[in-house]
Parts: sequence; structure tokens; C-alpha cells
Amino acid sequence: MTNLDLSKPTSELAPSGTPLLEVDDLHVEFRTRGGVVNAVNGVSYSLAAGETLAILGESGSGKSVSAQAIMGILETPPAVINGGGIWFQGKDMLEMSAEDQRKIRGPGISMIFQDALSSLNPVYSVGFQIGEMFRAHRGLSKKEARKRAIELMDRVRIPAAARRVDDYPHQFSGGMRQRVMIAMAIALDPRILIADEPTTALDVTVQAQVMDLLKDLQGETGMGLILITHDLGVVNEVADNVAVMYAGEIVERGTVDDVFSKPSHPYTEGLMGSVPQVEAKGGRLRPIAGQPPNLARIPSGCPFHPRCARRRLGADAAPGRECATDVPPLRLVVPGREAACHYSEEVLGVPAE
Amino acid sequence: MGRYVARRLLLTIPVLLGASFLIFAMVYALPGDPIRALGGDRPLSPAVIAELRERFNLNDPLYIQYWEYMKNLFQGDLGTDFRGRPVIETIERALPVTVKLAITAVVFEILIGLVAGVLAGIRRNSFFDNVVLVSTTLIVSIPILVLAFFAQLLFGLKLGWFPIAGTNDGLYSYLLPGLVLASGSLAYVARLTRTSLAENLRADYVRTARAKGLPTRTVIVRHTLRNSLIPVVTFIGADIGALLGGAIVTETVFNLPGIGREVFNAIRSQEGAVVVGIVTLMVFFFIFFNLVVDVLYAVLDPRIRYD
Ligand SMILES: Nc1ncnc2c1ncn2[C@@H]1O[C@H](COP(=O)(O)OP(=O)(O)O)[C@@H](O)[C@H]1O
Ligand code: SF4
Ligand SMILES: [Mg+2]
Repeated sequence: MTNLDLSKPTSELAPSGTPLLEVDDLHVEFRTRGGVVNAVNGVSYSLAAGETLAILGESGSGKSVSAQAIMGILETPPAVINGGGIWFQGKDMLEMSAEDQRKIRGPGISMIFQDALSSLNPVYSVGFQIGEMFRAHRGLSKKEARKRAIELMDRVRIPAAARRVDDYPHQFSGGMRQRVMIAMAIALDPRILIADEPTTALDVTVQAQVMDLLKDLQGETGMGLILITHDLGVVNEVADNVAVMYAGEIVERGTVDDVFSKPSHPYTEGLMGSVPQVEAKGGRLRPIAGQPPNLARIPSGCPFHPRCARRRLGADAAPGRECATDVPPLRLVVPGREAACHYSEEVLGVPAE
Repeated sequence: MGRYVARRLLLTIPVLLGASFLIFAMVYALPGDPIRALGGDRPLSPAVIAELRERFNLNDPLYIQYWEYMKNLFQGDLGTDFRGRPVIETIERALPVTVKLAITAVVFEILIGLVAGVLAGIRRNSFFDNVVLVSTTLIVSIPILVLAFFAQLLFGLKLGWFPIAGTNDGLYSYLLPGLVLASGSLAYVARLTRTSLAENLRADYVRTARAKGLPTRTVIVRHTLRNSLIPVVTFIGADIGALLGGAIVTETVFNLPGIGREVFNAIRSQEGAVVVGIVTLMVFFFIFFNLVVDVLYAVLDPRIRYD
């Protein structure tokens, strides 16, 4: 039985130093008719209040699945969380009851999705859908909830909120719909907001506005932000730390400044190679030669080796560091930087220890 | 919306005119002489036959007969059958029976079809889901006539649970024929509900509802069922019109004195006025309920706008 008091600021609940969120060695698989898909294979990270962690990686690398595992909204079956732990403010979410988990969603952790049109229910007004947060978690009346919905719509800068509160999702533009999603997600002042490609479906100018809004909201509330994105420009601009995912694993992790100026994993290097200047707005991930791995049959050794330009096979490899047979663990390469590559020092251009 | 409804209602007029003419022509084209058959075992005298043929315009060509019929219709006269009973009285007597039968059938569709579909949709691939799958496949593959006789034989005659025929037992008499009449649609409603629910459960907005921390019941009822039922409700609405066609078989087998049995008998004795009157009424109901469904659709799904 966990008893989380979400009305108090984080600092009073968790002893200082305890991160808001800790994910440790998370494993998720999908048991399908076609076999087992290993979507997340040992992901670990932590998030502090006010921190922005960007999660980067090709599509299909397990970013959304790991985020949904944290939210506790994976459909089980087919999904199975078959290893690891998720601690929110020091409490193990995987050990608590479904009901306690549910109570965290909204006031504790909340999430916005890529496609706001399909993520909003077409048959209810946006005001109703925002207001639901207050009705379900705070027991407010329908009328009171509607009033709070208008305030929130104002807060996410939807023009003429009072007039538009009873409109339906299809009556809004893409950018405004995403603001509605954001309003819903921040309704209860969550400690953590997970934004899963929040701007991918939007026009470039609107993308920037939505990102600005998220940053401003984070500044006001001090919430931790997990930003899943394809957009290197956005990562560079808003994130503190970055975790690069490949085949359901984190293959590189560090501060944005460090990782972007000098990658230490050939996969990250490949991603960066796509963007001549990282500062360039809207820089997208370059498709790296070769196919993303089939998560039902992840390659032996380093999962990236079939596509890696730096791989060393057979006699070329150092002992115990053969790319096709030896699995490279995520390890500290230089202070503040971890990577899962046998030859990170080489990539980074520092002498091996 | 109001203008849309008005336009649709206006459109029913030419449709009804065309339908009535087609039905008229079909009755006209039927082989055999209705008047000669009227006498049964005791043949009527040629003089009587001639007089009756004259009275009912049977010697005129089709378009004249139709013209005469329509002229009377617009004066509120639906004509009489060959025995001189006004068609309007037949309809007034028979319609309540059919309405009760149709309501019984719709209630079965909702109670059994919808509930079975919801349970199967929520517990996909469970034992219950498979039972629904097999039984609905069986039901839709059996013609309603066979099903009607079978139900009558098994539940009426052998087991004696229900009256075999007639309406002597009040509403109870309607249960078995209502179930038979509903069977096909009921199976379809179950399948449609299941599919629609299964589809909606995977919808992004259901994932959002869970991410919002809404209670499971709210996620299922408010954010899944409500959306899933839109196609089901519209199907049931449109099906009410179609049920009237099925009522012809059901009412005849179970000997219920509704408009279905009347029209069946009228076709056999080539009572043109009765057939045209009743079938046109059925067509009207069909069109009407389709219009109701379109309006309902716009009410249930705010994305639908007709103007
Ligand atoms: N419901 C599911 N059934 C089977 N496999 C799934 C399911 N959902 C996701 N996956 C698998 O998990 C992998 C990771 O998906 P995802 O986390 O959505 O990737 P992304 O990094 O693009 O967000 C995908 O390759 C996909 O094959
Ligand atoms: S371990 Fe080998 S294959 Fe994997 S990224 Fe490093 S160099 Fe490439
Ligand atoms: Mg994704």
C-alpha cells in the first residue's frame, strides 16, 4: 500500500537527492503470434525536478514503449514488463496496485502524444476532456471542471478560450489541438511530463511555439520533462541531457552539450552526421545506412554492428571486444558520459584507459 | 440540420411514388386471375366476374389502373380488397401487431446482441468470445424461414415453452417470433459491436484516457463504449425498417395477424390495393428510419454535419 501525497511539492516528499523518477534496467517485450518482440532491453535513467531529458533514436527503437511502461499504460497482454524497476519519488511503481498507479497518472506523471487529433476523443468537447482531469482526480463538479478547463486553455494560450471550450477537437488547428493536449496533461501540475514527439505532426513555425510553451510551463512549475523527439535542433535547444536509444537500449548518454559536440557511439555519430550544423532548426535524424534491427531477432554482439562503420570483426577486434559476438555494456567512457560501444574512446578521440 | 431533414422528407415523395408504381406493376404482372380465384371451389358466374373486373378496373391497362388508384389515394382512399373491406381498416387492425413484434425484436437485438458483443469485445479470444463467434456465424447462415419453423417446432411444440402461433397470450406470444425475427440482426449487432469495440480499444484516445489516470470504468464506458456504439446504434435504427420485410415470413409462420401476414395473403390472392398499400407503407417506414438514423448519427458524432 503506497500513500502518495501529490498535493505537496516534491521537495517535502522526497529527501533531497532522490530523483523524481528512476528507471532501472527496464525490460519490455511483446508476446505476439509472430514471436517475442524485445522492445525495451535494459533501459536505465533518472530525472530530476526541472530537468529536461531528451530521448533520441530512430523510429522503432523503443522510445514510446519505454515511456508508456513508465506511465503504466501498456496493454498487457501483449506487452509484458519482464524486468527492471520504475521508481517515482522513491516508490516502486511496478510493485504498487493498479489503483495506486492510476492515481499517479495525471497529478504525478502525465503524457502527451504525437498525434493530437487521434489522441483526443472526437465525440467530447475539449473542455469536457480537460475537465475530466479535475472530475476524476479532484472530484470537482462538471460545471467547476469546465471553469478550470477555460483557465487552463488560457494558460496554454488558446485564444478565446471561454468561447472555444465547448468546441470539439476537429474544430481546432493542429497546433491548437496539441495545446489542448498540453492543457490536459498539465491540469493537475504533474511532477513529470512525458512528451512523445509532441511537435512531429506540426508545421515548423507551430513546432517552435509549442516547444516554447512547454519550456515556459516547465519554468513555471519546475516539472521534469522527458522529451522524445526526432528533432536534433529541439534537443539542442531545450534539453539538458540526452539518451540515445537503439534497438531498445540506451547506447549513449550525457549532457546535450557533450554528446552533440563529440559523440562517443558510432550510432550517435551517424545521427549527428546528418546535420551539418546542429544549430540548424528542424534538423532531422539522418537515415543511417541499413535497416533498423528487427526487435524479434536482435543481432548478436553489438546490436548496431550490421550497420556500424567502425565495427571490428574477427581478428581485427581486440580480445573480448569482437563486435559481432561480444555485447558492449553501457559504461562510463569519460566522466559524465556513458556509451555502449567497445571502441568509444576511439570514436571520442581519447586514449583508452 | 433542419433544412437537411426537410429536404430528405421532400425526397421521400418521389421515392414513395416510384415504389408504389413498381409494386403496382409487379402485382399486375402476376400470372392468374384474382377474381376467378376469389370464388374458390364454387366458381363465380361470368356475369359476376365481369362486374367485379369492371369495379376494380381490372380490364384497364396498367397505367390507367395506377392512375385511378393514385387519384383515390390523394383523396385519402386506399381502396378496398375484393371483398369490399377498406384497406385502411386492414392496416389499422394489423399494424399494431407488427409494431409490437418489431419492438420485441429490437429489444432482443439490444439486450442479447449488444451485450454479447460488448462482452466478447472486452474479452477478445476468451471462451465466451468464441461462443459468440460460432453461434452468430450459425445464425446468419440459416435462412429466417428455416429458423422460424425450427424454433416453432422445438420451443413451441416439443418443449412447449412458448405458444406455437397466434396472439392469444398477449405479449408472451411475441417472444418467440420476436426472437426469430431479430435473430439475423441480433447476430450482426453482436459481431458489429465486438469489432467496433475491439477497434476502439486500440484507439489513441483510449490510450490518452488511460494516461489521464481515469478509472478503468470511465475509460471503458465513456471513452470506448460510447464511440463504439455509434455504428451499432445506426445499424439498429436502419434495421427497424428492414425488420418489416422479415415480418412477412415470421408473421406467416407464427400466424400473427400483422401487416406482414396480410401482405403475404394479399400477394397470394393478388389483392393489388392491399399489397400496394401495405408495401408502400413499409417502404415509407424504411425511408423514415433511415432518415432518423442519419439525424441520430449527427447527434452522436459531432464530426458529422449535413449542411
Ligand atoms: N502492440 C505491439 N505489439 C507488438 N510489438 C509492438 C507493439 N507496440 C510496439 N511494438 C514494437 O516495439 C518496438 C518499439 O516501438 P516504439 O517504442 O513505438 O518505437 P519508437 O522508438 O518509434 O517510439 C517497435 O519496433 C514495435 O515493433
Ligand atoms: S561495439 Fe562495435 S559495432 Fe557496436 S557500435 Fe561499437 S564499434 Fe560499432
Ligand atoms: Mg514512438
